[in-house]
Amino acid sequence: MHIVVCIKQVPDSAQIRVHPVTNTIMRQGVPTIINPYDLFALEEALRVRDRFGGKVTVLTMGPPMAEDSLRKALGYGVDAAVLLTDRAFAGSDTLATSFALATAIEKLHQEDPVHIVFTGKQTIDGDTAQVGPGIAQRLKLQQLTYVSAIRDVDSAGKSITVERRAEGGTQVLKTTLPCLITMLEGTNTLRRGSMDDVFRAVRSEVRTWSARDAGVEDITKCGLRGSPTVVKKVFAPQPRMEKAQQIDALGKSPAEIADETINMLFTASNQLGDDILKLTEAI
Amino acid sequence: MAEKFDVIVVGAGMAGNAAAYTLAKAGVNVLQIERGEYAGSKNVQGGILYAQAVEALIPEFRESAPLERHIIEQRIWVLNDKSYIGTHFRSDNFNEERPNRYTLVRAQFDKWLNGEVKKAGATVITETTVLELLKDETGKVNGVRCDRENGEVRADCVILCDGVNALVGSRSGVRKEINSKEVALAVKEMHFLPRDVINERFNIQESEGVVIEILGTVTEGMLGTGFIYTNGESLSVGIGVIVSDLMKNRINPSTLLEKMKSHPSVAPLLKGSEVKEYSAHLLPEGGYDSVPELSGNGWMVCGDSAHLLNAIHREGSNMALTSGRLAAETYLELRDKGQPINAENLKKYNQKLENSFVLKDLKKYRRMPHIMLENKQFVTMYPDLLAGAAETLLRVDGVDKKTKEKKITKDFRSARGIFGLVGDAFKLVRAWR
Repeated sequence: MHIVVCIKQVPDSAQIRVHPVTNTIMRQGVPTIINPYDLFALEEALRVRDRFGGKVTVLTMGPPMAEDSLRKALGYGVDAAVLLTDRAFAGSDTLATSFALATAIEKLHQEDPVHIVFTGKQTIDGDTAQVGPGIAQRLKLQQLTYVSAIRDVDSAGKSITVERRAEGGTQVLKTTLPCLITMLEGTNTLRRGSMDDVFRAVRSEVRTWSARDAGVEDITKCGLRGSPTVVKKVFAPQPRMEKAQQIDALGKSPAEIADETINMLFTASNQLGDDILKLTEAI
Repeated sequence: MAEKFDVIVVGAGMAGNAAAYTLAKAGVNVLQIERGEYAGSKNVQGGILYAQAVEALIPEFRESAPLERHIIEQRIWVLNDKSYIGTHFRSDNFNEERPNRYTLVRAQFDKWLNGEVKKAGATVITETTVLELLKDETGKVNGVRCDRENGEVRADCVILCDGVNALVGSRSGVRKEINSKEVALAVKEMHFLPRDVINERFNIQESEGVVIEILGTVTEGMLGTGFIYTNGESLSVGIGVIVSDLMKNRINPSTLLEKMKSHPSVAPLLKGSEVKEYSAHLLPEGGYDSVPELSGNGWMVCGDSAHLLNAIHREGSNMALTSGRLAAETYLELRDKGQPINAENLKKYNQKLENSFVLKDLKKYRRMPHIMLENKQFVTMYPDLLAGAAETLLRVDGVDKKTKEKKITKDFRSARGIFGLVGDAFKLVRAWR
């Protein structure tokens, strides 16, 4: 069985700062990580491989430095890695990205038939959750989103049974392969590769594909040209709320606590008193 | 079947990178093992780089290394609660083509240097912790065991650059654990400010930099120093105190840092800054007498792990780089002569360190850590006396100068006594020589 996992190298959002004057994201010096949601996809793919046999190929699109993420994935025990990198891909939105990835997966499929494509639920930098479904649509794959567990893959590699988070409960779904799965967070714990995996990660070749290598014929569907999404404005939102205030309630009567609460409310807003007066007058 | 290398370098800080780089350049099959996600990811030094030690490895490092500012001014401040008295040295001579000292952010620098190590041909693996040294039946170190499945890796020689805690060496029984009197705990914050603001506040231009070392009452009678370093768009602000003093006084170093930051001479420098990082680290400050056995049967130890740090001159990274390089050179010499990597032959590394500035400087200040640890008046009483003297002299209030001088002399004598004063001077001079 051939499993492909799509991962994305993203800036560690916990360490990003917004420039106070220009409102642009300051990426300089911000470390990059594998999109955390993708790690659940990665681990689940490895588990499926370990249970049912086969190989896992990890695929990413990004600048040349995205190779670091692929090597990292190799260190967890992935079998092969492909980096899709080309200036033509720069500025891709989710439509252009899913086009490029789908084309590359098609190419991998020709080399060695692909049974399952895994992606994370979404990325932490774009948060759209569109690329996985976009790939499934283009490749006409069965689409299983928000999957929390893989129950079974039949031995002939013809069907798969999964658990999927749905409103109010868990759905158990069975579908035919090939399929695309977007994996829910918190569903597994990433393994630690063995020493052999780590050495392999350092030594193995990461295949680097340009748009042409990946089999892209229509370059206008890539990068900025292939991206209908337009960023109109970027701004840092106002904090939604002030810091919460606490009342120390220990050993106080309900009346005292109520008094303190009211005091606090009136101190926080000098208009509150007037507003209440107006309301009572109106009544 | 375990992997086999010529040399394993444990750690990818200054010492480890210097060792691995030197070996890989000479064609040695070297494995470098780093526990962090990448070289520098665990590093919080923020930081002064002494160019000479890097030049010895990579002469043209300035072209590609991430450096913050070159230092043109050094300030030493002795603080009491209200004042500072100090010396500043600034010179345009430091605005040279190949500057001598730089501020830097280690996380970035180490990553860069480790990139050079990889380019030189070393095998570098990360997120892997070395647990202990492996030995053959004769007791010779012949590899390491890591915290991964199939974690044993073999080598003819292991160079330990595993940092101040020196866990690998102490776990493997080749040295004793570090002692709380020998290490300082330093806490540091990164205060972000626009470049222009830093330049204005410190009276500098472009990439010129200032270093302030701070002594005095900020350490509340404990042995330690504070510091403010100018980076490109941030200030490294921190304070370090000997751990045994912190334990005795039950004081958290972050409390000291808050106090230092609010000092009237410090606060205006930091005003309006955004604090982005908070970190803590141990510094090996025991000096010469704390340096452990530097080599043994199949192993050498470098940098912080070997306690190579000059606390008086705030030099550490240069000692780490130099010791790492010398360990590598020792191995290369033995290899070229076809001599075995055993305890006797590796003693050459100890000799190289003894003959270099590294151990010469540590030897020179050998007595200093003990004297400072047992004579707290240097950090408690003298800052007040010095500041008081300066204020008495400078304040114009109708009192004649002779009376003022008498008052100063009296203050010193009543605080410390004539024998105390002479004794302190004697101790300092003796420690310095």
